[in-house]
Amino acid sequence: MSSLERPLSAVPGWILWLLAAALGSQLAWQAARRTGAPAAADLPPAPSAQALRLASLGEPAALARLAMVWLQAFDSRGDNTIPYQRLDYQRLIAWLGAILATDAKSEYPLFAAARVYGENPDPAKMRLVFDFVFAEFASDPNRRWPALAHAALLAKHRLNDLPLARQYASAIQQLTTDESVPLWARQMEIFILEDMNELEAAKVMLGGLLASGRIRDPQEQRFLQGRLEEIERRLAGPGQAPAR
Amino acid sequence: MKHSATVARYSLVEALRSGLPWLAAACVIAVLGLSGFLSQVAITEATALQASTAGALLRACAVFLTTAHVVMSVAREANDKGLELALALPISRPAYYLGKLLGFACAGALLATLFALPLLFWAKPADLGAWWISLVVETALAAAAALFFASALTQTVTAIAAAVGLYLLGRSIAAIQAIAGSPLTGDSVPAQAARWIVDALSLLLPRLDAVTRGDWLLYGAPAAGELAHALAGLAIYFLLLAAAGLFDFSRRNL
Repeated sequence: MSSLERPLSAVPGWILWLLAAALGSQLAWQAARRTGAPAAADLPPAPSAQALRLASLGEPAALARLAMVWLQAFDSRGDNTIPYQRLDYQRLIAWLGAILATDAKSEYPLFAAARVYGENPDPAKMRLVFDFVFAEFASDPNRRWPALAHAALLAKHRLNDLPLARQYASAIQQLTTDESVPLWARQMEIFILEDMNELEAAKVMLGGLLASGRIRDPQEQRFLQGRLEEIERRLAGPGQAPAR
Repeated sequence: MKHSATVARYSLVEALRSGLPWLAAACVIAVLGLSGFLSQVAITEATALQASTAGALLRACAVFLTTAHVVMSVAREANDKGLELALALPISRPAYYLGKLLGFACAGALLATLFALPLLFWAKPADLGAWWISLVVETALAAAAALFFASALTQTVTAIAAAVGLYLLGRSIAAIQAIAGSPLTGDSVPAQAARWIVDALSLLLPRLDAVTRGDWLLYGAPAAGELAHALAGLAIYFLLLAAAGLFDFSRRNL
């Protein structure tokens, strides 16, 4: 026993009882009050980006990410059959916009928008999110293209809205300039055009892409050349179109 | 009980004769100045901005001043050997500790009252009354935490850091718990362990996010039952800190 401490018997008995009772009450009280993820209705209106910057005390990058972690907890509790179904998407998008404006280089808000909130089964909510992603894409296409590419895929496969998917794919194709943007993303419009049976436009785009010299990988060149020939065969006549 | 009341009275007198009242007055002036400035530049909700900013800042000031005062008072007493002198008198350790706690809680209550008064300009008296009662309980809890840490840790900076850390955790634990409970965090072992740790931690912390809220001043105080429920949680934690402090103080070899 340390010489700094007196023996336990020096402590009056009522203090031990008080300590045990207070600890037991605290544990029971907090256990009874345990809360899970906050409900959809708990999401407050979004603040302005200026207010978020002020609250960040000069650390907008940290605050933006913390705010995203906090935001994604709303309406995500385990008893939800469909998470985020009850969330007010107008309010959510205002939050995402404010967080993105706080740290424009963060990919978190658009990733969450496209991959989490955009996968909502409600088409109206999906479209709201896609509009947000599309609007924000133009500010920094080389950094934000993955979110719009995912939105294009969802628009094509979930919403079955090929014109919308083409609009997004076209924006990626036209606005991205960075060499690191993969070709599949920049070629997405061609394949959507094919799906839309806009074969003439697809042929022009694909031919232009091949002629531009931007595709240096021989395998990729061969693959795209094959697709171009296939489109040309389909244009020539249905009898000559190979099965896809 | 009589001994405790005497110790409490002298603790309160010490607070009133120290620089605490001047610091409190400076805080009120600074907060009113800052919130007044913000209301001038706001293009809408100027009064709401002033009330909510002043409420939030005054709350933080009340808790910090109480904490700092308690820790400094305990440190000064230890340096001056006042504690040994007091315990040489016919007074028990628990009576002494409880007297100090009562005195510091009363000093906190006076601070809370002083800080609530300027808010009468913007808030309804009934809503402000709930906010004031809540701040009184919150400062008492801050005093109990500061006294416990100052007694147990003896080092001033460590004690202030521990008390402020406990307070900040109490203010943020609900949000941390909500974040940890999100299914998006996955079911991996680290994620489950983090969730379990946060849940366990929440059992040992007060829910300070549910009390003395600035929105009470704007949109009205919660119902009496809800307020009483929130304050009861703080009262239990106050008892726990007092009991832990008594236990530690009774065992210490001076």
